[in-house]
Amino acid sequence: MMRIFVPRDAAARALGADAVAAAVLREIAARGLDATLVRNGSRGMVWLEPLVEIETPQGRTAFGPCAPADIPAILDGQSDKALGPVEAIPFFARQTRLTFARVGLTDPLSLAEYEAHGGLAGLRAALAMTPEERIATVRDSGLRGRGGAGFPTGIKWATVAQAPAPQKYVVCNADEGDSGTFADRMLMEGDPFCLIEGMAICGLSVGATKGYVYIRSEYPDAIAVMEEAIRIARAAGLLGPALLGQGPAFDMEVRVGAGAYVCGEETSLLNSLEGRRGVVRAKPPLPALEGLFGRPTVVNNVLSLAAVPWIMAHGAAAYRDYGLGRSRGTIPLQIAGNVKRGGLCEVAFGLSLGEIVHDIAGGTASGRPVKAVQVGGPLGAYFPPSLFDTPFGYEEFDGAGGLIGHAGIVVFDDSVDMLEQARFAMEFCAVESCGKCTPCRIGAVRGMETIDRIAQGDPEALPLLTDLCETMKLGSLCALGGFTPYPVLSALTHWPEDFARTRRAAA
Amino acid sequence: MKDFVIPGHDGAPAFDDRDLGTPARRSNRTVTLTIDGFAVTVPEGTSVMRAAALAGIEIPKLCATDSLEAWGSCRLCLVEIEGRRGTPASCTTPVAEGMVVHTQTDTLRRLRRGVMELYASDQPQQGLAGPMNRGTPLQRMAAVVGLNAVRYKAPEGGRMASHAEPADNPRFRPVDASNPYFAYDPAQCIVCNLCVRACDEIQGTFALTIEGRGFESRMRPGMAGEDYLSSDCVSCGACVQVCPTGSLMEKSVIELGLPTRSVVTTCAYCGVGCQFEAEAQGDTVVRMVPWKHGKANRGHSCVKGRFAWGYATHRDRILEPMIRESIDEPWRVVGWDEAITFAATRLRAIQARHGRHSIGGITSSRCTNEETYLVQKLIRSVFGNNNTDTCARVCHSPTGYGLRQTFGTSAGTQDFDSVEHTDVAVIIGANPTDGHPVFASRLKRRLRQGARLIVIDPRRIDLVRSPHVEAAYHLALRPGTNVAVLTAMAHVIVTEGLHDERFIRERCDWEEFQHYAEFVSDPRHSPEATEALTGVPAADLRAAARLYATGGNGGDLLRPRRDRTFPGIDHRHGHRQSGHADGQYRRPGWG
Repeated sequence: MMRIFVPRDAAARALGADAVAAAVLREIAARGLDATLVRNGSRGMVWLEPLVEIETPQGRTAFGPCAPADIPAILDGQSDKALGPVEAIPFFARQTRLTFARVGLTDPLSLAEYEAHGGLAGLRAALAMTPEERIATVRDSGLRGRGGAGFPTGIKWATVAQAPAPQKYVVCNADEGDSGTFADRMLMEGDPFCLIEGMAICGLSVGATKGYVYIRSEYPDAIAVMEEAIRIARAAGLLGPALLGQGPAFDMEVRVGAGAYVCGEETSLLNSLEGRRGVVRAKPPLPALEGLFGRPTVVNNVLSLAAVPWIMAHGAAAYRDYGLGRSRGTIPLQIAGNVKRGGLCEVAFGLSLGEIVHDIAGGTASGRPVKAVQVGGPLGAYFPPSLFDTPFGYEEFDGAGGLIGHAGIVVFDDSVDMLEQARFAMEFCAVESCGKCTPCRIGAVRGMETIDRIAQGDPEALPLLTDLCETMKLGSLCALGGFTPYPVLSALTHWPEDFARTRRAAA
Repeated sequence: MKDFVIPGHDGAPAFDDRDLGTPARRSNRTVTLTIDGFAVTVPEGTSVMRAAALAGIEIPKLCATDSLEAWGSCRLCLVEIEGRRGTPASCTTPVAEGMVVHTQTDTLRRLRRGVMELYASDQPQQGLAGPMNRGTPLQRMAAVVGLNAVRYKAPEGGRMASHAEPADNPRFRPVDASNPYFAYDPAQCIVCNLCVRACDEIQGTFALTIEGRGFESRMRPGMAGEDYLSSDCVSCGACVQVCPTGSLMEKSVIELGLPTRSVVTTCAYCGVGCQFEAEAQGDTVVRMVPWKHGKANRGHSCVKGRFAWGYATHRDRILEPMIRESIDEPWRVVGWDEAITFAATRLRAIQARHGRHSIGGITSSRCTNEETYLVQKLIRSVFGNNNTDTCARVCHSPTGYGLRQTFGTSAGTQDFDSVEHTDVAVIIGANPTDGHPVFASRLKRRLRQGARLIVIDPRRIDLVRSPHVEAAYHLALRPGTNVAVLTAMAHVIVTEGLHDERFIRERCDWEEFQHYAEFVSDPRHSPEATEALTGVPAADLRAAARLYATGGNGGDLLRPRRDRTFPGIDHRHGHRQSGHADGQYRRPGWG
């Protein structure tokens, strides 16, 4: 029986995948084909979505981007949308897919397919280990927090594991709010069991019996898929009173955010999970010691937890062998903005920013020169082409005055006005501030007004902006206010001409 | 209210009224660190801010106070710590051994001034320097950090975002003057959350919240559309006391101005004995502020002591001595010497004519212990008889009898601080949130920390279920069956072997206890046997008794009203016995 794949991924659906899927079903019925439709995850090549794949003895052949009208020709074998074997497409072929190995390959809600493609091997391996070995494996892999802070995951787990408490928790941060990032969503929609397995291993390793996936409300598809996957995992005995019927208890549930960016900050997230106002908590106490409901809690990003099954199954060394410096393993880059080839690209750390922008993303979609690249979401610095030799790694980007954040990369061509981008950073902060600390609460609003004065050519406004940025950077309670100066000051540093307005010019 | 003591005067010890910023920490271990070159040794867990304050170094702050847990929002208390990145807030950073802290550096000065400039950019113009300057902490901090000018201004053709500008501004909210005792001006709010936290942590009413987020954040009482008066607010005044701006202010201060002197006194409204600083201008009381060193209230108050002091200047108040020869004559204002001589002469004359025992003295329950002591001293030493009594003795005679029978003395077994150690609280016939609100707040705080509560009362008092507090068991007995209920509890404790034999053997006559145990073990005292009489479901009573016996430190609070009958005496006796049986007395958190 032939299998035809049309993604159920939200990006693919936004580009018309549902209509394409309906067309596939119509053609199957009309032609009386012995074929089934599988709604898989996305392969991550968003510029090719909706990407239709047909299973052949030689492998899976790709067609895209497809409209419903393309389906008859595809089934006739004469489509001009033919892309050849999907895994030979250069964007895909050059990747190192560890975390995203199954995303796009399998039916996301088939536990049997999940297992057939290496799923649950990590959990089984972890169950066979001693508690010390589990933590050591994560620690030795070099895995660091993929949410942006880059804190060593093994150390966090060890802290929770060693904290004595009657109850501990695993909280997955799936409040993926950075503009230009979508890896968490793609993983949850495309391979939800991978996250479940990662959380189960985490619970097993630290002694937590309960997990929560905190998903932003803007991700209805991810919420639905995760909830269904948890139900399936529970029914199959993967989750519940005994992990896989042999381990300790671990169960989990989905909790939906209420539309606040700042609830992606781990302490706000915990407040939100507890039903409180989503404001940042001062640290210490660390969530690892006093987290959800005051109990020791692992708070990890989706990508951190989803990397763990592979690490457990293949060993710490195999993961650590990828990467550079202190950035080990792979990073799922999310490429967006003004690019020819946008999407998700999982590679080992170490590619230069220029390689990512030009070789992988293919330069700008507009064909105009690249002016700036914002890395790490709305709080990340803007990089000019002169810094394109910066290798993609935590320390390397920090050294260049930026951060990799959640590895979102947004490309701008030379039509962008960097003063407008700096103002947008302040505006974003003003809209999303939780309002707890003063530098962020009042500072972001004053930042917008001050940049407006700069735009009008007010000479007193520029030094005030740099003073404000220092107050926000050093004075804010969390990264929202503390990192908003990064895009502002990087824009000011690298493109001073965009800020050099005169009153005459403004008039 | 009665004058009690003036700290630092007439040999009375002076109290340290500095706000140390964060609450004290108890620990057996101490930590030594260096702050601005001074070595400081403090208990482990103490904040850097408090350690500095103890060393005499004041770190600027606006959202911290030593009666509330640190919050970390105002960002004035930032410090530099050698070997650590950034500028952590000293209120939320615990001390560490060998830590080297700098509270004043060029960077910190710039940051504090920068933060203060942001605060000032959203304050009413007349607030920081003009007619609304009431010497608030915000105004003082602006001076401390050396804020000289606010450089923020509106772009040309635009306006600055503001909560303070009233004209044509959707963010502006007018003053909420609905509460009779204080006003809330949202324009002066700096969103430090102190009021919200005081309402939550100290008072336990949860009437206040922060509405909106980011720049739009603002404190609001109750739900949308409500004002202070229609909210759950009980006017305890804790929010006003902690407000570092003019946002929450006593109406009396707005009307009269700031007080210039203060006297420590004890509130006589109820038996808790809260201490206050009566703040005055000359002899005009401006406000009553709960005294942080008061052992009963620890700086907290209820509406009565805090605001209901209008009697101090009421026109019906007698301000001068008055005498009259007979009841059909009008009162005549006289001097003190004449009045005292008159009273002494007449009292002596009565004694001379009718004998030494012909007169006596009774004091009101509104009197302090000291006043009652003085009256009985007068009766015994001067009048030479024992004809003296106090209302409190009458109300509490069952208490006294029960305690004396059980313990040999009729004194309370614990102080109010003991509630901080209670694991299981039993409330019988009392309604603390109404009758003794300040103690209720302290109890609620402990309950929110995880202590369990058993309420034995026909009424569904507020503590049975109120925000973040819920009684584990409410035994809604029929009036008059309290002895049966307590005996049934003792029955459960004894028959299920939950009593602490070692404790009892150390403190009681074991044979007498066995006699008592035999009595309460009789099946006719079982919860099942008495259920029809008391109306308390046997399963609930058993569960409550088990909780009381096994839930940790037990304490109970009783109120005299239920004890005025003879069963009340038995009840008191019975309850004490069951407490003793369980080993619940004479340790912190017990009793």
